Amino acid sequence: MMGGYLSRTTWLHRLPAGLKLLMVAGMSVALLPVQDWRLLALWLAVVTGIYGTLGRDAVRRLCVLKPIVPLLVIIGGLQGLSTQWKDGASVVLRLLLMVLVADLVTMTTTMSALMDAVEPLFRLLRPLGVNSRKITLSVALVLRFIPVLLANWRAREEAWRARSRRRVPLRIVVLFLIETLRLADQVAEALDARGYGRAGRQP
Amino acid sequence: MDSRAVARISLFAAMIAVLGLLPTFQLPVAGGVPITAQTLGVMLAGIVLGPRRGALAVLLLLFVVALGAPLLAGGRGGLGVFFAPSAGFLLGWVPGAFVTGVVMQRLAKAPVVAAALMAAIAGGILVVYGCGIVGLVIVAHMGALQAMLATAVFLPGDLMKAVAAAFLAKAAEQAYPAALGHRT
Repeated sequence: MMGGYLSRTTWLHRLPAGLKLLMVAGMSVALLPVQDWRLLALWLAVVTGIYGTLGRDAVRRLCVLKPIVPLLVIIGGLQGLSTQWKDGASVVLRLLLMVLVADLVTMTTTMSALMDAVEPLFRLLRPLGVNSRKITLSVALVLRFIPVLLANWRAREEAWRARSRRRVPLRIVVLFLIETLRLADQVAEALDARGYGRAGRQP
Repeated sequence: MDSRAVARISLFAAMIAVLGLLPTFQLPVAGGVPITAQTLGVMLAGIVLGPRRGALAVLLLLFVVALGAPLLAGGRGGLGVFFAPSAGFLLGWVPGAFVTGVVMQRLAKAPVVAAALMAAIAGGILVVYGCGIVGLVIVAHMGALQAMLATAVFLPGDLMKAVAAAFLAKAAEQAYPAALGHRT
C-alpha cells in the first residue's frame, strides 16, 4: 500500500521487472474465479512467506495495511451477513492477497526498471499518438518539480503565518495555482530554447 | 503536443501530488473521514487545463504512483493501491477530470463560478463516485446500494471541495486571465 523501495537487494530484486509485472497481472486474472477461501488463505500464507524471505524490513511493510483493515472488515461483514461468512472471507482474502502481491513488485523494483519494462507497451501504442519520449520527460518533470512546488507552498504558508495568527486559508491555493502555471510556461520556454520540441532532432 | 502542453500537464500532475501531501487541509469532518486537497486538485485539473490535458495530468500522476512513488494523500503509492477496494475512485479521477473539462467548456458563456461549480460536481463527484461504486461492486462484491451508502460519508467533504474549486477558479481567472485559456 505504501510506496517504498527496499534498498537491500534480495532475490526478488534480481528478477526482471517485466516478468514481475506479468506475474501480478496473471495472478489478478487467475484469482478472480477462485471462490474457495481455503485456497486463497493458502496463497496468502505463501505470499506472507515470501515477505518473510525478504527480511525484516519487508515484514515491517505488512503494517502499512492497517489503514485498509476497517474497510476490509466492513466489506467482509456485509458480505458475510448477506450471504455466507465463507463468501465474506474469500472476498477479503482475495483483496489482501492482490494488494500484497502488487506491493512486492513496488518493494523490489526501481522506478527506472519499471519504466523500461512498460516502454515497449508505449511503443505499441504509437499509432494512437502515444510518444514514449514525451512520457519519459513528463515523469521526470513530475518528480523534479514536486520538491520545487512543495518548497513554493511552504514559502506561501510561512508568509501567511508571519502576518496572521489565523489558520492558513484555502484561498492561498490560488496563488499556488497561478505560480505553478507560470512556472510551467517558463519550463516550456526553457525546453524550446534547448530545441526540445523540434521533430527529428533527438536521437 | 507542444512543449507548453507537456510542461503544463507535468507541473499540474506535480501540483495534485503536492496538494495531497499537505497536512494543512486534513479536516476531520464527516465522521472522522480525513479530507485532503488532492481531489480538489483533480477538479482543478479539468477546470484549468480542459478535458484532454486535465485527464492526461491525472493519468500522468497515477502512472508515477504506479511506478512506486508515494504521492497519494497520506503517502500511499505503489502498485498495491490499484488493487485496493478503493481503486475505482482512483481510476475514476481520469474520466472525472475529463468530464469536468467538458462541462467547463460547454458552459463557456456562464459566469466562471457557476460553470466551475457545475463542472466540479459533474466530473469530480458524479463521475468519480460512479466509478468508485462500480469498483466496490466488482472488487469488494458489495451491493450497489450498500456501496452508495458507504461512499455517502465522503459527500459533504467533496461538496465543500467543489464549492472551493469554483471560487478558486474565479480568483485564478481574475489574477491571471490566461489561467482558464482553454474555455475561449
